[in-house]
Amino acid sequence: MANTMTLISSVTVGADGASSIDFTSIPSTYTDLLLKVSVRSNNASVLDTLGINFNGSSANYTMRNLLNEGGTPASYTQTAYASQNATGYQSGATATASTFGNTELYFPNYAGSNNKSVSVDSVSENNASAGWLWLGADLWSQTAAINRITLLCAGGTNSFVQYSTAYLYGIKNS
Amino acid sequence: MTRPTRIEIDCSTGVESIIELTDAEIAQMEADAQAAEARKAEEDAVRQAEADAKASAQAKLATLGLTPDEIAALTK
Repeated sequence: MANTMTLISSVTVGADGASSIDFTSIPSTYTDLLLKVSVRSNNASVLDTLGINFNGSSANYTMRNLLNEGGTPASYTQTAYASQNATGYQSGATATASTFGNTELYFPNYAGSNNKSVSVDSVSENNASAGWLWLGADLWSQTAAINRITLLCAGGTNSFVQYSTAYLYGIKNS
Repeated sequence: MTRPTRIEIDCSTGVESIIELTDAEIAQMEADAQAAEARKAEEDAVRQAEADAKASAQAKLATLGLTPDEIAALTK
């Protein structure tokens, strides 16, 4: 059972926005990783999809999610973004001003030699009756230790807007 | 026009860098976007076909005399 949590690095996007947030040289000294993300994109919609990839790789990503799409339940095996995993929602440009989608990603045994799984809990924020929720199980079918995590606006040419944040924590069981 | 940038955080040093995307990175991002849009359209078409088939089946059950509650019980 993990019993310590240490902030490894954090970032706040500046006024120019950012097409991706890239944590590199992640130390392998922790048991698990926890990534807390609060982001909004300039996608011309009420929401956008958050993407993720590991170690700069663009292959071997699969996922399964349970969604509430503005009131409609759904479940998908996402294949639209094969070069990365779609891993949650974020608020888009037409969502209520200054709201940000929130996502928590947990990476157990990220430095081990088995394939890498990720648990996802995500919501896009908007001051309206309809909301979007996402619970996901991601898989990266690679045995390499994760030493780099890249967050993207999934499959698109959008950017994270100013004040989007990401906090990467290391979890240890001692 | 301002080139898109990415933020890189070196976790071993804590150094944060804002890096302009290269032409190749921009081209790759645009190619990914087009591919994702095409695949998303295919997935949406499959979902719509499934929804249409479900609605058609429910309508046929109704013509056989099943009540809405009975149809709902079958499709749970």
